[in-house]
Amino acid sequence: MSTALKTEAGRDALGKALLDLAGQIPELVVLDADVSSSTKTADFGRAHPDRFFNVGVAESNMIDLAAGMATCGLRPVASTFAIFLVLKGAEQIRNTVCYNNLPVVFAGGYAGLSDSYDGASHQSITDLAVMRAMPNMAVVVPGDSVEVRQALDQALRRNGPTYIRIGRNPTPVLFEGAEPFKIGKIRKLRDGKDVTLAVCGVPLFMAMEAAELLAIEKIQVDLLEVSTLKPLDVETLVASATKTGKVLTIEEHSIIGGLGGAVAEALGKHAPSRMEVIGVEDRFTESGDYSALMTKYGLSVRAIREKARKLARATNP
Amino acid sequence: MKNDFVRLDPVSVVLEGNRSKKAAQMQRLAQECRVDVLDVLHDKGTGHWGGASSCAELVTALYFHMMDVRPEEPQWPGRDRVIVSKGHASCMIYSVMARRGYFPREELDTFRQINSRMQGHPCMNKTPGIEMSTGALGHGISVAAGMALAARLQKRKSWTYVIVGDGCLDEGQSWEGIMTAAKFKPERLVMLVDYNKVQLDGPSAEIMPMDPLPDKFRAFNWNVAPEIYDGHSVASILQSWDWLLAQSDWPAVIIYKTVKGRGVSYMENNHKWHGPPIDDTTYATARPELLKTLSELEVAQ
Repeated sequence: MSTALKTEAGRDALGKALLDLAGQIPELVVLDADVSSSTKTADFGRAHPDRFFNVGVAESNMIDLAAGMATCGLRPVASTFAIFLVLKGAEQIRNTVCYNNLPVVFAGGYAGLSDSYDGASHQSITDLAVMRAMPNMAVVVPGDSVEVRQALDQALRRNGPTYIRIGRNPTPVLFEGAEPFKIGKIRKLRDGKDVTLAVCGVPLFMAMEAAELLAIEKIQVDLLEVSTLKPLDVETLVASATKTGKVLTIEEHSIIGGLGGAVAEALGKHAPSRMEVIGVEDRFTESGDYSALMTKYGLSVRAIREKARKLARATNP
Repeated sequence: MKNDFVRLDPVSVVLEGNRSKKAAQMQRLAQECRVDVLDVLHDKGTGHWGGASSCAELVTALYFHMMDVRPEEPQWPGRDRVIVSKGHASCMIYSVMARRGYFPREELDTFRQINSRMQGHPCMNKTPGIEMSTGALGHGISVAAGMALAARLQKRKSWTYVIVGDGCLDEGQSWEGIMTAAKFKPERLVMLVDYNKVQLDGPSAEIMPMDPLPDKFRAFNWNVAPEIYDGHSVASILQSWDWLLAQSDWPAVIIYKTVKGRGVSYMENNHKWHGPPIDDTTYATARPELLKTLSELEVAQ
């Protein structure tokens, strides 16, 4: 990834944030499914062994345990790799946590392609689609490690379930000292009239770079960081789409059901626009270097720039 | 035939007398609840008879004898909790809870109907006193373990019971929960097995053999009650709890021998009565059987 900026991994931010919040929120408990040294919840476990529950490789069980604790007033964070959390735990997430609107925070680690060398079995590119379809669930995709910390802090104070998507690898720190993000609000990073770029998660830094390069070509990008897919900040999105009439979404996820889907659903109703979606096509991925994988599966500054340029130059009917 | 289900005394029940008198009253109460369930299932044309009937005495004795609860304040933090992992027993749970005073008994008349608090499977956000929404099998043990661990952290002396059935134990998650509970050993976590040995598609021995169940639990490091108790005798259930109250080794499990469809001769031990509608012909023969037993219990009392 970029060497110019300071980098930090989302998982490291999660580990630190849990430790920081332990004192402030005495009800905070953490559960993990035998990957705590990877997800970095182990640090919390060492500091607060009575408030940490490693349940072994048993994701469904972990989620229901967390649900039981939540009914008694505890504030559980259930953490494991996103792919197993969301897919092995889908029925528990739906029928136990979401149905009862319980305040469980799901920390989906190693998300997107970030568990790059482990291959397709470990790469979570359907989690946003699944989680978005769960009633009561808030779906949050932080753009950097600073937002991971803020997302956790805010999620632990919400009255309902929250999914926070977290990456494995160091990525550029974008928001140190910036105005804190808010769950449910789009962060506007650039003002432009030619094309809207709506992006979530790790590819945000790529979109920021692409937008700068496009500005040199006199293409002015309206750059939106959509860190919350649900509830979606429809107002800000619609205002941007109404202005530009052209929207490109960018996500480290299948093109089905994630950010692109969320934006299309909203715009289809409120502001039909010409739209393109950048994400992983409907296919399985593979092992490899994270950056190489991102590029191969469509996520790069170049790909964003090209699609945005094409979209900006297209004539709206 | 229109149902008669408000024919029985619509009062919330207070038990009186010594232990054997109370046991006899609960025995009768459980049978009354069976009649309620049959009436409601017949009237609404939907619901599960087999598994509801099989836990009548167990649920009655829990709510009327064992659990420290406040129906007028269902969210009282110090309460004992029961998770009915076999959520298809919902109608029996509602019937017992109504008699315990959680909601009016007339509300059973809305079972499984639109805009009702009496959902087909229990829903904690709709029905006062329901501790966890269930229906999908296999959840209860994990949820109960979570609640019991919360009690430990919060330094509460609450008891957490989870009622499971045969089908529930087919689910892999049940065994994940069983291992987790054995690891963390939460105090006062108790599994009650409604072991009727029949599941939806047939006898468990054919569908998914579960025996030797006590050995399985022992191998998973649970504290297993020394005998299998009669789940249709309140006196026997109370004896099992004498054992339970003397324990300090957690989690604990008690297995109850029960009969699926208990109370109607041709429905007993027959998987075909897991959940079909009770039609008029069936109702006309089934209800008198239940009432006959009820009147015998009254005489005994």
